[in-house]
Amino acid sequence: MRRRGIGMGAIKNKNLAQARFKDKGSELAEDQLNQMSKQLDVFRTHLEDFAAKHKDDIRKDPQFRKHFQEMCATIGVDPLASGKGFWAEMLGVGDFYYELGVQIVEVCLATSHRNGGLMDLEELRQKLLSTRGKRKQEISIDDLMRAIKKLKVLGNGFTVIPVGGRYLVQSVPGELSMDHTAVLQLAEDTGYVSMSMIRDRLKWGEERSHRAVDYMLKEGLAWVDDQAPQEKHFWFPALFSNLDQE
Amino acid sequence: MDRLEWSDGNLFPNESTSIQQIGVRIYDGEDKTPFDNGSLLLTSHRLIWKDAKDQTCVLSLPLSLIVFVEEQAGGFSKSPKILAHLSAPMPGKQPGPATSSKNHYIRFSFTQGGMTEFYRCLADELAHRRWEHIPLTSHQPASQKRHVRAAGIVGIERNIQQKHKETDQNISVAFEDLNKLIAKAKDMVTLAKGISSKIKEKQGDITEDETIRLQSYLLSLGVDDPVTRETHGSGQSYYRELAKQIGSMLEQPLRESGGIMTLTDVYCRVNRARGMELLSPEDLISACKLLEVLKLPVRLKSFDSGVQVLQLQSHSEEESIEKTAKLVEENGSLTAEELSTMAGLSVILAKERLLLTEKSGGVCRDESVEGLRFYPNQFLTRKDLYFQLGRTL
Repeated sequence: MRRRGIGMGAIKNKNLAQARFKDKGSELAEDQLNQMSKQLDVFRTHLEDFAAKHKDDIRKDPQFRKHFQEMCATIGVDPLASGKGFWAEMLGVGDFYYELGVQIVEVCLATSHRNGGLMDLEELRQKLLSTRGKRKQEISIDDLMRAIKKLKVLGNGFTVIPVGGRYLVQSVPGELSMDHTAVLQLAEDTGYVSMSMIRDRLKWGEERSHRAVDYMLKEGLAWVDDQAPQEKHFWFPALFSNLDQE
Repeated sequence: MDRLEWSDGNLFPNESTSIQQIGVRIYDGEDKTPFDNGSLLLTSHRLIWKDAKDQTCVLSLPLSLIVFVEEQAGGFSKSPKILAHLSAPMPGKQPGPATSSKNHYIRFSFTQGGMTEFYRCLADELAHRRWEHIPLTSHQPASQKRHVRAAGIVGIERNIQQKHKETDQNISVAFEDLNKLIAKAKDMVTLAKGISSKIKEKQGDITEDETIRLQSYLLSLGVDDPVTRETHGSGQSYYRELAKQIGSMLEQPLRESGGIMTLTDVYCRVNRARGMELLSPEDLISACKLLEVLKLPVRLKSFDSGVQVLQLQSHSEEESIEKTAKLVEENGSLTAEELSTMAGLSVILAKERLLLTEKSGGVCRDESVEGLRFYPNQFLTRKDLYFQLGRTL
């Protein structure tokens, strides 16, 4: 028995319709995401404005302060937004430099897993400019130096090191740095390392490699072989006994 | 099999559901079909089968076509089944998976049980014949139906637009001035969370920037009631309360970062948790100096290099001396480098620990061209050696 209008054609039509619904569905989802992102931006701008304009009022109301902070955390807005102002500029007083200090340490914390806590001051400034939001004041290297100086009372864990006309910020002191351990581990099989080995295998920058190796030379943990072919080798006597056994 | 129709799976307004069972396979007479794992739903008017994987693959069978049903008990490696004898298909039937079939019955196999209960409900529905008393209202010809669907999508779109507009409006009203924001703060927090979680769901995170991500995280660990000079006066009582708060705030983060943290990192974390209640480095250090007096589990420590850190009390000297001596004992001997790898410490800290252990008599040093190596202190632990030495001296 054959009936009209039903069969392969009908199934195809059905499938086609379903495919169209799917297309429409993802189109709607895309649209929604755009709308949401826009709302997030509006939210962000408003919060930044309020943080800058109503700082004291927000601090006065504990309940609201909590809500405000919660909003900043969810949307990704920095609630610290003091302007530099005249007095900060002239005398270095006010919250501006303290706040900048918090932001500086934060950038270092966030990137230390990559750079081992060693960062060019100019790179740090660029990062701060992008994370502080577009609406905030321009900051100079001098501002950074002033802010870091205020952190001095907290000990030598955070230092600025001049290196040939530019500055490096060191946020992880030797006591907490695992860089030396990493170099030792790298040397475990061969007994020595070279700058190119560190660069290729650990993916470190030159400054970072030099600092780690120099420290170990200074402490007598490493010996340098100037006559090795191509480049210097740094030997670790502590590892010699391992090599003998093999 | 040719009695089955494709369906969108939606129920009609006056259709009511009775029972649903998952793990149901459809047989065309005695033959297997591709519809081998789905859920079977019994309503007042139809049997609706929905594929477990492809939610768009939905079949329906009007109860009016069922002449009578039989139970088939299961057996060894055989699931129980319901057999439904069907009358001839009605004219004007919707398209289905098969245009013709030699069988005038289909079987539902219950691979995950539930047959008896389902059978009872089905027999019940068939006895009451509710489909005769309550006609399905929106049973329209196919062409008209498609039209309705299109209107549905436009409707959904309009609905979404409407919602977005409302949200936009809510945001701009709330941020008109501070008082309005204070009044609406709770709603705005919920709204913010809703937006950011939807965005996270779709693209992973609200931002690519690692610093902003860290900042959001640190802010979210906020303290509800930061200690301030306004709330706790000035002088010692202020610093004492501050020390207590810092201690409890940092215990967990310290544990996560290996029990030790520089004061600058502490400065950043504490201030982020306090939000807009900024703490100066001077106040921070004054409070940290009181940690020991107050016997808190977190302590301030200064290294010879001038580096200042907070560390967990579990890093007490006695304990770390004991641990270090034990590690040296177990390994026969250790250098600072070896201890560093073993204990996950920096080389400098490892060396400091070994020197400290040496000072208290836990280990002995052997200085050679190969560097500084530490051995267990057998002068103290081996009695025989002690006496031998005594005799020779």
